[in-house]
Amino acid sequence: MPGLEDLYREIILDHYRNPRNRGELETPPAHRVEGFNPLCGDEIVLYLDLDADGRVADIRISGQGCSISQSSASMMSAAVKGKTVAEIDDLTRAFKAMMSIHENSLEGAETTEPIDAPDVKLGDLEALRGVVKFPVRIKCATLAWNTLAQGIEESSA
Amino acid sequence: MAVSTDPLDGTRLKEQFPLLSREVHGKPIVYLDSAATSQKPLSVLDAMDDYYRTINSNVHRGVYMIAEEATNRTEMARALVRDFIGARSSSEIIFTKNATEALNMVAQSWGRANLSAGDVVVLSHMEHHANIVPWHMLVAEIGIQLRWIPLDTEGRLDLTELDTLLDGAKVLSVTAMSNVLGTMNPVRTLTDAARKAGAISIIDGCQSVPHSATNVQELGADFLAFSGHKMCGPTGIGVLYGREDLLEAMPPFLGGGEMIRDVRLDGFTTNDLPWKFEAGTPAIAEIIGLGAAVEWLNSVGMDNIRAHEISLTEYTISTLHQRFGDRINIHGPSSPLERGGVFSFDFDGLHPHDISQVLDQHAVCVRAGHHCAKPLMKLLGIGATARASVYVYNDTADIDALADALDATGAFFTL
Repeated sequence: MPGLEDLYREIILDHYRNPRNRGELETPPAHRVEGFNPLCGDEIVLYLDLDADGRVADIRISGQGCSISQSSASMMSAAVKGKTVAEIDDLTRAFKAMMSIHENSLEGAETTEPIDAPDVKLGDLEALRGVVKFPVRIKCATLAWNTLAQGIEESSA
Repeated sequence: MAVSTDPLDGTRLKEQFPLLSREVHGKPIVYLDSAATSQKPLSVLDAMDDYYRTINSNVHRGVYMIAEEATNRTEMARALVRDFIGARSSSEIIFTKNATEALNMVAQSWGRANLSAGDVVVLSHMEHHANIVPWHMLVAEIGIQLRWIPLDTEGRLDLTELDTLLDGAKVLSVTAMSNVLGTMNPVRTLTDAARKAGAISIIDGCQSVPHSATNVQELGADFLAFSGHKMCGPTGIGVLYGREDLLEAMPPFLGGGEMIRDVRLDGFTTNDLPWKFEAGTPAIAEIIGLGAAVEWLNSVGMDNIRAHEISLTEYTISTLHQRFGDRINIHGPSSPLERGGVFSFDFDGLHPHDISQVLDQHAVCVRAGHHCAKPLMKLLGIGATARASVYVYNDTADIDALADALDATGAFFTL
């Protein structure tokens, strides 16, 4: 039986208590995008500033939510800052794979089928692996990544 | 600590609920989510099981013995429900899938026949989505207008402008008790004001009917909707009470078998009440289960249940405030006489999902989220709350377990 320590790893609690890249950016140049988790009322507002090379020049997160959604957003912001859209795409797919979610179904339910994931180091994001054992919380962990994907799509359009 | 006496003290009612003897995560379960659904006493489970084992057959059609027995059992259940809420006739008791379907039935059947563009429907800020969305659908479909009764700072309806809000209105549809705040509304005052204004009144009794004695004559309600599964009955069965003359004048909701008297190539005529609104094979086992639930509640006594919950509400509020002071904020009225045993709270600034996750590890079951009342959550300025709710089988030990688990939750997140 999974225990609380599987879900709330120390690094997650650290990001929850001391969120990175918290705040807002001026729009434009930054792009603002909102994400919601209607089940629990979590909301994330993401400010994304992509430079001319398609690299994340800056990123800020605001909004409110549970420790999982907030820490996941914090970790994500730290992980993608300075990365190109292509690198972020690999990272996103690797994160989805860890969450046992198939490509193009980030909002879908968990699955046990193996997933073809890019060979990317997830670093701190690994701490969220335990969320998979708590299926109702997976959407909390993926909210920030969904919102980022939407922001990149809208910025690049 | 409790000031009021609890008539159910020492009655060991918990033992009649099989689920309440199980363990989760190696600890005895502490079930504090009865506002979402109640647990079921053995007598309800037995009644449903007995139906399937001994008289399973379709109702109202068979001439053989077990079909007659099944028909009798469902109509006995209807009579039990009728008496339970003080209705004059069994014709006024419509079995539905749930209270949501009952409210939709009024909106769709009475509403579409009687409302036209610009007509006013008055709701309140504390309604469940089930008493909001059906009306939004009529806004989109026929252009009715919605007006909203506001709340005061303690989460009670602010009735100072009630007559103005009802002026020219056709419908008043409000909850008897908030599923978030616990507020018990002055239903008679509301229905009197509606009648004076020429509006019909619809009462959402989901949270009130299971917890206190209900008499539709005293409430003055034209319609009353409630669900079986929150009052010790099974899921899949709800009730719409409607005044007979209103039901008679309403067009049918769903068409099919059972609801017809005659069907021809060129049309149909409807069956008598209440079957006119019960198309298709009904939820027979669930109706019988609901009848058993009513008998069980009657055996305990609704006034005893209300007194028990007032006592437990006093204990809950005082215990949580004593142990946590400013760390906890319980929404809704502070007086136990003005509220039911539903406690939405904020604790230590923690997100409700985090609270309920840690409580679960202590086998304490509470709900976290918006409780299907998003307009209210927006008014309160919060995205979600944790909610503990009590019923006839809960006791002070359950509240102590909640407090202990909250203590552990606070410690966990502030390490």
